[in-house]
Amino acid sequence: MSEAIKYGPAKLLPGDQLHITASADTEPFWEAAREHRLTACQCADCGHFRMPPTPVCPECSSFRKEWPTLPGTGTVFSFAICNRNPVTGEPYVYVPVVIDLDGAPGARLISNVTGCDAEDVEIGMKVSVEWTPINEGWVLPNFRKV
Amino acid sequence: MAWANQDKTAIVGIGATDYYVRGQSYPRTVYDMACEAILKACEDAGISIKQIDGFAYYSGAGAGYTGKLDSGTFMEMLGMPHISYSATLTSGGGGSVGSIGLATAGLMNEDCTYCVSLMTLQQLPGARLGTVFGKMSTDPENSFLQPSGLVGPGHLMSVLARRHMHLYGTTQDAFGEVAMATRANTWNRPKAVRKKALTKEEYDASPMLADPLRRLDFCLETDGAVAVITTTRDRAKDCRQKPAYVHAVAHGGRREWGRAFTWYGMPDPYFASSGHEFTANRVWDQSGLTARDIDVALLYDHFTPMVLMQLEDYGFCERGEGNDYVLSGKLRYDAATGKGVNGGVPVNTHGGNLNEAYIIGMTHVVEAVEQVRGNAISQVKDCEFALATGGPASLPVSSLILRSA
Repeated sequence: MSEAIKYGPAKLLPGDQLHITASADTEPFWEAAREHRLTACQCADCGHFRMPPTPVCPECSSFRKEWPTLPGTGTVFSFAICNRNPVTGEPYVYVPVVIDLDGAPGARLISNVTGCDAEDVEIGMKVSVEWTPINEGWVLPNFRKV
Repeated sequence: MAWANQDKTAIVGIGATDYYVRGQSYPRTVYDMACEAILKACEDAGISIKQIDGFAYYSGAGAGYTGKLDSGTFMEMLGMPHISYSATLTSGGGGSVGSIGLATAGLMNEDCTYCVSLMTLQQLPGARLGTVFGKMSTDPENSFLQPSGLVGPGHLMSVLARRHMHLYGTTQDAFGEVAMATRANTWNRPKAVRKKALTKEEYDASPMLADPLRRLDFCLETDGAVAVITTTRDRAKDCRQKPAYVHAVAHGGRREWGRAFTWYGMPDPYFASSGHEFTANRVWDQSGLTARDIDVALLYDHFTPMVLMQLEDYGFCERGEGNDYVLSGKLRYDAATGKGVNGGVPVNTHGGNLNEAYIIGMTHVVEAVEQVRGNAISQVKDCEFALATGGPASLPVSSLILRSA
């Protein structure tokens, strides 16, 4: 067994190197994010949550959607520790995480986590949303250790 | 219930180019390499290229990650008079061995008589797999993944490996043993890229690229082409080599796995799996076999943890016991006896994607054929059943059992 690596602070990726595009199916999520409101796609008929947003409910085949405001908290389901900026290739410690979203059972977001050293991120850790401005005026949800 | 097409088709020809470290096949082209592989497969089978009348591709008929293969182009280049079957499985490397099932579908429907499945891959700087997801243009679907900085397959897989470690106490030592056990099979393979024995010290010193995965948990990035020819049982009797019967083959998977690590919505226990349980159960049902009956397992090894998770999905060990199974040496091949070690089934006797070459799964098909022919370099004694698998990736994934004649 090798020694645990000391990475230091988990940083968010710089917003100016991040891009998203939206479709009619996904735009309500990103428009809410612009207002710093965390939502997830919910079936307006059976209440099933799904992320990323898709046109049809996989449970009841309804096309009707709702975009409820979520608490903005969640739990780390799994993660990786990366040590190079994916654009520049320079040393840069960031932690991509898969988050189980509170208030939206079954819905997950893939994001970055900050607010602690990378080696201290754990599965089951509680996190809360924070907002990162990115290109073209969009805003990305990231998460901070509670 | 036994599959209706059990042993009714056979792989009769295999052909491959040299294997090149990423980019070093230049100035060759993907079609140049593909044509060499196809012609060598015809020669191996003892048939003329003019007898090939079917193509069964996978990975959306992709040539690596950026190019496309086209049957009309092959006909023009190779002088094939006509084709009556041209089909592909969707998605990526998950379907590699499933392409043999697609060939069988064409043969059993009497659409074609000799069917080629192949992959050709050239990773020039603009077409390198290691960074392919990061270079893809942004679209509404990947906008929920790409901004996280999970830009390479190794990043993506490390998130699954982490969950497996959390749920079952799996260790990085087991990932290292996958790399070391399969490296031990390449010292005498002329075409293998990594041949030098791997020590635990070297593994532990390998740079951490996406914690918990080190560089040596990642497979090779190589160029080259591999083609195989499938035909009917009757025609196989007239071919040059001993037939490798298609005993069972399946592609597909469950919704819970779906787009897998480009989605990350999988519930437990699917999240920390290889997504292969569904097709594994299909080939076991088709054949009446279990993991215990398999003589050699050629498991798609793009990343070491995915070998461990396949061992669980196929039932070589119970779910969650992959760590102990691997660490007890059961992946290893014993050249002195031609058998496994400690009651295990030898895994990746050709060195796999980690050590021999990575041609998106087709080298595993070649090794499965050589093992049931009885002329593999690291031959398993009395090899009757060889299992080969497609990549743990977005659906479809696939499973293949070949039987010796």
